[in-house]
Amino acid sequence: MKENKITERLFNGLLKENPTFVLALGMCPTLAVTTSAMNGLGMGLTTMVVLALSNLIISLLREFIPNRVRIPAFIVIVASFVTMVQLLLEAYLPSLNTALGVYIPLIVVNCIILGRAESYAYHNPPLPSLFDGIGMGLGFSVALTLIGAVREILGTGNVFGFHIMPAGYTPINIFVLAPGAFFVLAALTAVQNAIKKKAAAKGKDVSKVGSGCTEDCSTCGDKGCTKRFYDADAPEKNPVINEAKESEAKESEVKETEAKEEESGVKEESSNE
Amino acid sequence: MATETENKEISYKVSSNPHVRSKATTGGIMLLVIIALMPATGFGIYNFGIRAVLVVAVSIASAVLTEFLFNLILKKKQTIFDLSAVVTGLLLALNMPVSIPLWMPALGSVFAILVVKMLFGGIGQNFMNPALAARCFLLISFPSAMTNFATDVYTGATPLAALKAGEAVNISDMIIGKTAGTIGETSLIAIVIGACFLIIMGVIDLKIPGCYILSFVVFISIFGGRGIDPAYITAQLAGGGIMLGAFFMATDYVTRPITRWGQIIYGIFLGVMTGIFRIFGPSAEGVSYAIIIGNLIVPLIEKITKPTPFGFKRSELKQKGGK
Repeated sequence: MKENKITERLFNGLLKENPTFVLALGMCPTLAVTTSAMNGLGMGLTTMVVLALSNLIISLLREFIPNRVRIPAFIVIVASFVTMVQLLLEAYLPSLNTALGVYIPLIVVNCIILGRAESYAYHNPPLPSLFDGIGMGLGFSVALTLIGAVREILGTGNVFGFHIMPAGYTPINIFVLAPGAFFVLAALTAVQNAIKKKAAAKGKDVSKVGSGCTEDCSTCGDKGCTKRFYDADAPEKNPVINEAKESEAKESEVKETEAKEEESGVKEESSNE
Repeated sequence: MATETENKEISYKVSSNPHVRSKATTGGIMLLVIIALMPATGFGIYNFGIRAVLVVAVSIASAVLTEFLFNLILKKKQTIFDLSAVVTGLLLALNMPVSIPLWMPALGSVFAILVVKMLFGGIGQNFMNPALAARCFLLISFPSAMTNFATDVYTGATPLAALKAGEAVNISDMIIGKTAGTIGETSLIAIVIGACFLIIMGVIDLKIPGCYILSFVVFISIFGGRGIDPAYITAQLAGGGIMLGAFFMATDYVTRPITRWGQIIYGIFLGVMTGIFRIFGPSAEGVSYAIIIGNLIVPLIEKITKPTPFGFKRSELKQKGGK
């Protein structure tokens, strides 16, 4: 599948780089709010909206935001969207808002959002960035809903509020309490790994990124890798971006000189007059 | 001649150290622990009736079966013959009230063996005592079933709960064990007989249980609100799982510290934690939580009590090793 295509981005976020099961990002809301399938879905969709919109805006502003202050700039953008989403939730879905509580404001510092802004949106055009956000958000929603559903079934016998377990079933309370979140997350991650292992055996490409990647960015020499999670000086050492910037700089220089020439031409003309 | 020397060379047994080995095996030690638990189990069956046998049997059978199936399915070396699964199942059963629905010991044993022990690599790799982790799992999941101590014989609260409520308790009954409680914890005498057997056989020593019990006694004397009252202290020691925990679960080879000073710190930590849970916590009992929290800080205890090799100074080691 071709890199940066819309479908590739959606597939990537849902399966290949699923933020919960593969990247293990955003663990705090994952473990804290998934006491029921509904809460998991609500949290996932809220995050998806913020993630997609902030990715889009960051991508549009990527040439404008100076490298040195990019993190505060990202935070401002993300925080604006989180504030909007929270006000909307308070107005239209007050019960979900109460259920998710402090974890909605905490979306601002959700590491999936900062991670995608840093590793993808800041280096890529707006449309793929938007769909990267949607894909990642969908992956997060699916993961949280799954975890929430399993915890709700085992812990209360319900799913989405409907009682589905047989009448004699005794709910295992621990699954709706904190330890249950860890058990279910670990079990689902194991299942996901097992499925991917089988798919890989059949010859399908399930790896996170292209071949040759050890997935260890701290020892990797490829400073310009767009998949790189965090590196302050990546853009300076990134040949692709540098070339792009240089060519742009040349273009702008050319334009400037042309403009100057035109101006000077105009001046000359006016002086001639 | 040449062939002769070759034969001689072959007859030497080449092996890496250690060359002097103890004859003790895991299976042998586990068998001794099982024998030591027999007085407590026997008394539990005598005290609570034939249903206790059922709980013990279900718990042990499901623990062994889980380990057997796990090894079978994952094509690993079969490890059920080291008897550690039997000990886990037995300890779990001794930590349950006799009235428990029989599928709960089965679920607890599966959790203990599968999640706490085998998923972390099997015997020797578990970071937490499997039996206690399973007890806490069940206690959180089914609080009413796990604390329902009413039987045909006993209807009241456990002596420890009565003590916490400020009621009078019969101490001689508590020492003999004719009280409500979990299957294995009620009889002080039966547990101490088993513990003495383990100490005489050299399976455990007194460092951890001694520090545990002493620090617990000191803690409740200070914070218990009754001062140094022998009757109160005896009742606290005879009631609940502290004796079972101190001699049979805190001393678990896998989850205790291996350094001498580490074991002393660990014992004191457990005593203080148990005291905090019993006196300041909402429940009358706190041994299981104290021991599993203790299990979690064992790596830290071992780090600070690592012995200094002969010829080194502690400060030098830190400079060399510390980065």
